[in-house]
Amino acid sequence: MNAIAEDITRMTGAMTADDLAPLRDFSGTVGDFTSPQARMICRNVDVHYGDKHAIKNVSLDIGRNEVVAMIGPSGCGKSTFLRCLNRMNDTVPGCRVRGRITLDGQDIYDKQQDVVPLRAQVGMVFQKPNPFPKSIYENVAYGPRIHGLTNDKSELDALVETSLRKAGLWEEVKDRLQQPGTGLSGGQQQRLCIARTIAVSPEVILMDEPCSALDPIATARIEELIDELREQYSIAIVTHSMQQAARVSQRTAYFHLGDLVEVGETSQIFTNPSHKLTEDYITGRFG
Amino acid sequence: MSNSVTPGVPVNPGPGGATGPDRAGQDGRRPTIEIVNASLGRRYRAERRFRFIGMSAVVIGLAFVAILFADIIGKGHSAFQQTYIRLTVDFSAEVIDPEGRRDPAVLRDANYLKLARDALAARFPEVTRRADKQALYGLLSAGAPLQLRERVLADPGIIGTTQEIWLLADDDADMFMKGRSTPVDIERGSGLASLVLVEGDEDNQVQVRSRANDFSAILRDLADYREEGRAPNPGSAPESAPSPQSVPTLESDLASQEVLGPDLPSHLVAINGGLVKVERATPSAVIGTLLKPLTSNVDAPADQWEILRFATPENDRRLKDRVVAWLHDLGAAGDIEKRFNTGFFTQGASREPELAGIAGALMGSFYTLALTLLLSFPVGVGAALYLEEFAPRNWFTDLIEVNINNLAAVPSIIFGLLGLAVFINFFGIPRSTPLVGALVLTFMTLPTIIIASRSALQSVPPSIREAALGVGASPLQTQFHHVLPLAIPGMLTGAILGMARALGETAPLLMIGMVAFIVDTPTGFLSPATVLPVQVYLWADSPEVGFVERTSAAILVLLAFLAVMNLAAVLLRRKFERRW
Repeated sequence: MNAIAEDITRMTGAMTADDLAPLRDFSGTVGDFTSPQARMICRNVDVHYGDKHAIKNVSLDIGRNEVVAMIGPSGCGKSTFLRCLNRMNDTVPGCRVRGRITLDGQDIYDKQQDVVPLRAQVGMVFQKPNPFPKSIYENVAYGPRIHGLTNDKSELDALVETSLRKAGLWEEVKDRLQQPGTGLSGGQQQRLCIARTIAVSPEVILMDEPCSALDPIATARIEELIDELREQYSIAIVTHSMQQAARVSQRTAYFHLGDLVEVGETSQIFTNPSHKLTEDYITGRFG
Repeated sequence: MSNSVTPGVPVNPGPGGATGPDRAGQDGRRPTIEIVNASLGRRYRAERRFRFIGMSAVVIGLAFVAILFADIIGKGHSAFQQTYIRLTVDFSAEVIDPEGRRDPAVLRDANYLKLARDALAARFPEVTRRADKQALYGLLSAGAPLQLRERVLADPGIIGTTQEIWLLADDDADMFMKGRSTPVDIERGSGLASLVLVEGDEDNQVQVRSRANDFSAILRDLADYREEGRAPNPGSAPESAPSPQSVPTLESDLASQEVLGPDLPSHLVAINGGLVKVERATPSAVIGTLLKPLTSNVDAPADQWEILRFATPENDRRLKDRVVAWLHDLGAAGDIEKRFNTGFFTQGASREPELAGIAGALMGSFYTLALTLLLSFPVGVGAALYLEEFAPRNWFTDLIEVNINNLAAVPSIIFGLLGLAVFINFFGIPRSTPLVGALVLTFMTLPTIIIASRSALQSVPPSIREAALGVGASPLQTQFHHVLPLAIPGMLTGAILGMARALGETAPLLMIGMVAFIVDTPTGFLSPATVLPVQVYLWADSPEVGFVERTSAAILVLLAFLAVMNLAAVLLRRKFERRW
């Protein structure tokens, strides 16, 4: 117990053990949920949807330059947990979040914390590609424009190009930037959404099953992209595909019915899971 | 089921077929396929029944719409034309401007009525009796002198000259020209007609004889008219028509003659440029009064003379036969004509049907609706946006929502009472104005707009909101940059439908004084006005026949506007609808 508390103090830096809520028993989670270079630190997170207890006492860190994959059967709470990280759950009526989630030491559920800058820092890519029904250029330029990230048109143009290049979409769309983003193929749309997200230079990117609506080739393209993006961003990805988790992530967290059952290095989780439930899920007994 | 159907074997054995014992299940139950087949006929019958009912409903509905439109168009189309009479008007300087100073005040107050009447009297010099003259002057509308005044004011140079001018005819003459006064049948004479002037104490009496018994048609007509029970039988029934070979003398016919009174359909004989009103008739000859002098007394060959039949008896008409004779004369000379009725669209209300137009009501409707849209659309959209996207969900907002839905069903006259009590009596806004009308109509259309806007907002996929929120847009930015542009077509549709309802609304406007008789075309939001549906209501209440066609025509204009607005709603939705 104390060791954990000290760990946390060390990792969060700004916080002392007294600042943290009294730590509860973490025995529910097998493995080390901390990360050596933590960007986001989540401790004892509980989420209720009305009467439903969707996330039960989950603690998990997301580190610098790493991809954390969250896997688990449907309804296990992995998406809910992800949406806690940029407070998208605020928009869900009847949703209550308890516990502590920090981004670079700052409590994101603090009363002082404004969600607008938070979401600029923690970007999100959704399950279904959801480009705005506007031009490709406008899709990418929208975030920088509302945040005032650029001073003039040429800077904005450059930022749009950089973002599209990072998302690996530039070569495909550079001649039709003014055409609607909704006219692209599914995989292109999803990469456009990623470009839109990285245009505001977030620190963490959350991806909620980003490939579930895509074909295998588009999926492979996105997975490559995730691997490239890891060099600059911290990424948390929810996926239903265990192969995908194995391919793109460094650490994997297995959720089950709102509990975080096991966390560990991806290679360890997939080759030598400690928990019975993890093993059953990975070997395909259920899920 | 143990006896599964083998692939390749026909599955449907048809009614009554394949009910052999070999198909029965091992547990003694009937196989599923039999049960299904047995019920198939019933299921398809139910469907056919439903389709039939649906088609019948559509057909009946369309039939009623067709009848409605046929009636309105049939009655209203003639209002788009107006009768004008061409007269040679002497713009005599003595009458208009005796002092010759061309003072506008003098020109404005000059006696143009006299000019018009003089022109009419000059056209019909044979009319000398005072009562006849009054009837003659009645041919011209009260608007005719105004026409002359406008001409003079526009160009005083025409004073002292003589001009041919088309002047507005009175509504009675207009109605006759449009066939509303009485149906007119014209039959050409088939035999040689000769004229005999009747000597006697009564002047203008003339006898017309036909070789071909043309006038037996008159007798048949009168007999038919009596048979329908619309006039009493005379003491002696008319005898059967004599054989056409013999040409009887009038004297021998006198026993079988018919006397035509003002309670029977009128018959006029047009011959040699004159017009004879038939007073006594036999199959071969008629005696009558000359309403219009003959140009000659020679015999008229067949096809060169006509019998005019007016089905409505003279007593049931506003326009008497002698006036009709003048109209006939004008018509023969090409001096009377129906033209497109521009005045209907440029003039305001009037007690005279021929002068009444919808311009005032149209402008009133325009001002009222423009203001209604200006007030209700932003408020409605704002309310919907707040309630749908920002307001907390609790019992209070639920209550508001229920009440908005209820307000949409409140009878509109109650909104009128509210407007009367609040806007006019409490706030002191001038009554009968487009402003107060628009405020009341805003109350009425707000629920419609709010409900439509909320459902438009609900139909915007949440993924768009998430996408915007996900890049850090504030809730207001999310709404205004992304949700609203997608919802606006639906909101516009709702707003236009609400406007269309407001355009056709009468009851609440009666309450706030927009039912007043207002001649001037309104020029702003604070000038007294009336609106199209109220104008329809007012005209429908007027006794003059001329207002019947104008009522229908105003309804047509109103319907045209409604159709255009609904079409606009459809087109807007098509144009702005976006796929994602």
